[in-house]
Amino acid sequence: MSADKRLYLGVPVERPKAAFFDFTSCEGCQLQMLNNEATLLDFLSLLDIVNFREAMSERSDDYEIAFVEGSISRADEVERLKKIRAQAKILVAVGSCACFGGVNQLKNRFGDLDWVKREVYGSNPVDSTEVRPVSAFVTVDLKIYGCPVKKEEVEVIVTNLVLGKSIVHPSYPVCMECKANHNICLFDLGEPCLGPITRAGCDSWCPSNRMGCWGCRGPAEVANVEQLREIMLKHGFSEEEMIDRLECFGGFSTYLSELK
Amino acid sequence: MKISCDIKVDHLTRVEGHGNIRIKIRNGRVEQARWDVVETPRFFEAMLVGKKWNNAPWICARICGICSIGHTLASIRAIENGFGIKPSEQTSVLRLLLKHMETLQSHLLHLYFLAAPDFLNVGSVMPLIESHPEVVKRAARLKQLANDACDVIGGRRLHPTRTVVGGFTMLPEKSQLSSLKKRMQAAVPDLTATVELFQTFTLPDFERETEFVSLKGDERYPFIGGGLISTDQVEMEEHDYLKMTNEFVVDHSTSKWSRLSRQSFAVGALARLNNNFSFLHPEAREVAEGFSLAPVNNNPFMNNIAQLVECVHVVMDSISLIDNLLDREWTEVRQPVCPRAGLGVGALEVPRGILYHAYEFDNAGRIIKADCVIPTSQNNANIHYDIFELAQQSASRGKSDGEIQHLAEMLVRAYDPCISCSVH
Ligand code: SF4
Ligand code: SF4
Ligand code: SF4
Repeated sequence: MSADKRLYLGVPVERPKAAFFDFTSCEGCQLQMLNNEATLLDFLSLLDIVNFREAMSERSDDYEIAFVEGSISRADEVERLKKIRAQAKILVAVGSCACFGGVNQLKNRFGDLDWVKREVYGSNPVDSTEVRPVSAFVTVDLKIYGCPVKKEEVEVIVTNLVLGKSIVHPSYPVCMECKANHNICLFDLGEPCLGPITRAGCDSWCPSNRMGCWGCRGPAEVANVEQLREIMLKHGFSEEEMIDRLECFGGFSTYLSELK
Repeated sequence: MKISCDIKVDHLTRVEGHGNIRIKIRNGRVEQARWDVVETPRFFEAMLVGKKWNNAPWICARICGICSIGHTLASIRAIENGFGIKPSEQTSVLRLLLKHMETLQSHLLHLYFLAAPDFLNVGSVMPLIESHPEVVKRAARLKQLANDACDVIGGRRLHPTRTVVGGFTMLPEKSQLSSLKKRMQAAVPDLTATVELFQTFTLPDFERETEFVSLKGDERYPFIGGGLISTDQVEMEEHDYLKMTNEFVVDHSTSKWSRLSRQSFAVGALARLNNNFSFLHPEAREVAEGFSLAPVNNNPFMNNIAQLVECVHVVMDSISLIDNLLDREWTEVRQPVCPRAGLGVGALEVPRGILYHAYEFDNAGRIIKADCVIPTSQNNANIHYDIFELAQQSASRGKSDGEIQHLAEMLVRAYDPCISCSVH
């Protein structure tokens, strides 16, 4: 690539070499990357993908953008992650697992990791640590939220990344999108919802399907948990139901420790 | 005769999750041939402890990105069985339709993106975009149909939003179902072309007798619920699942192993087909016959073809399921749920084999103990012994290191293992 190409965070804008890596995850976010068949080929043409274990046999360690899926839950994962960080100019955390620990961090709530291991593997020793997000170990340049990530949003973000445009996440909550979609509020239908405090960007994916939001994208810029608690109580939902949702994906962990 | 070789494949590509292959041959004898699962475990069964029932389907979907619908439905079934809820026929038909579309998208992903590159001698689907654009476009078209159908019925193709205990949060429009039906009918030529593509591939000639285990068809090919059957004549009720799964932990693998009548058994498309051939849609059966695939087939590479046969089956069956749905008056979408203490077991055939979810509840419907038994853990032992036999046969035929490695990789891929799922 010629040196006079426009640079963004040090990366040439034309078809940057990109690699996908997975850690502790369901691999659903990677699948989402391949899941929009209508635009898949256009999307793939944006990037020169040099490493994507789930999809290809070739592997190369020469890449500029690293997309990282999954949370970190074993010592060898930390080492692998640090190597990726050392190579990549831009490291993108993809999905709730990478951004917050995701559902995997639910096991942390027991405190007693030995019990967790015994519950599943009996007396056999298994190597596993507390579940942490990627940012607990390395600098993350960009986060793509969601469990799963929304492909349309990924496409916009990646296009902007490649073109050197800035990337701004919505600061407002899911409720804004939900209202724009003319949904009946789920609270009025007798369902709990974290829409009032969760960062938008998913186009109110769950409420539009009459499933209350579980907060997979983490807190909006302003997240008034106290107010949410009042709404929950007013509609007859217990503290337990609210906490189930707040702790599901790890995005609200700081708020939870305040609550408890 | 092969004298010696050392084959090490770390983090095998084009499979879901992380696994390693090791083959060591000395003086023409296979000293070691192993399939090791090294995926990081996630402890879903522990995560669920203390949680109310309604968390389980939502959390369990995240066991696996490929079969999230299967996990959601298995979790829902376990809860419904535990609480004594019987889904309405309308709900059952919609769930089966949703399930079929997941089977279709999962099989297509495996056949086109993970398996086909081996037969076309490329490392991935990427070079095929240039060399075989019509193949890639056809794969994308078919996959999109399956995924769009999952969006329409389940709310979302991955980690569905509409599937809940008691039914659905909301239903698709009838017009959406009719347009899906039209698209399915229009997809038949693409399916035929897929069958023709696979007819040009030469599957490795390899057999190892084993036990094939699946759910037992009862009027129709098995997908949701029911007892178990095996080619060694074992039969068991759904709630007796523990006798069958019989999981044990081996030290070189983070995924548990299972055995039934012999040292290992196989689950998945080939097992379903070996046990339930007569329930296949006539057109699917015809495809099977075109590949000389008839029960009991002992070639694990034929699992690819069994998946292909099932693709045809689920599309044909979905067309009649949609007819059934369009012909009826639609009723309530969601039954009330009354939690009660006890055990609930839910069995499903997911793309890779039998999946069990089992939960023990207290009076308030909180989970005291959870158990999820995943197809790939059931297959791991069988894959392991297959690799040994394959190495043995290849060694005696004097195959090169490269050929043996390639065959071993293809063998593991043929099972379409879902490793991250199996170490949930
Ligand atoms: S964020 Fe959700 S969809 Fe993505 S890998 Fe994690 S569990 Fe899967
Ligand atoms: S359903 Fe949820 S997201 Fe929608 S308006 Fe109500 S609280 Fe907000
Ligand atoms: S509605 Fe909530 S839980 Fe659903 S995708 Fe959006 S942020 Fe995630």
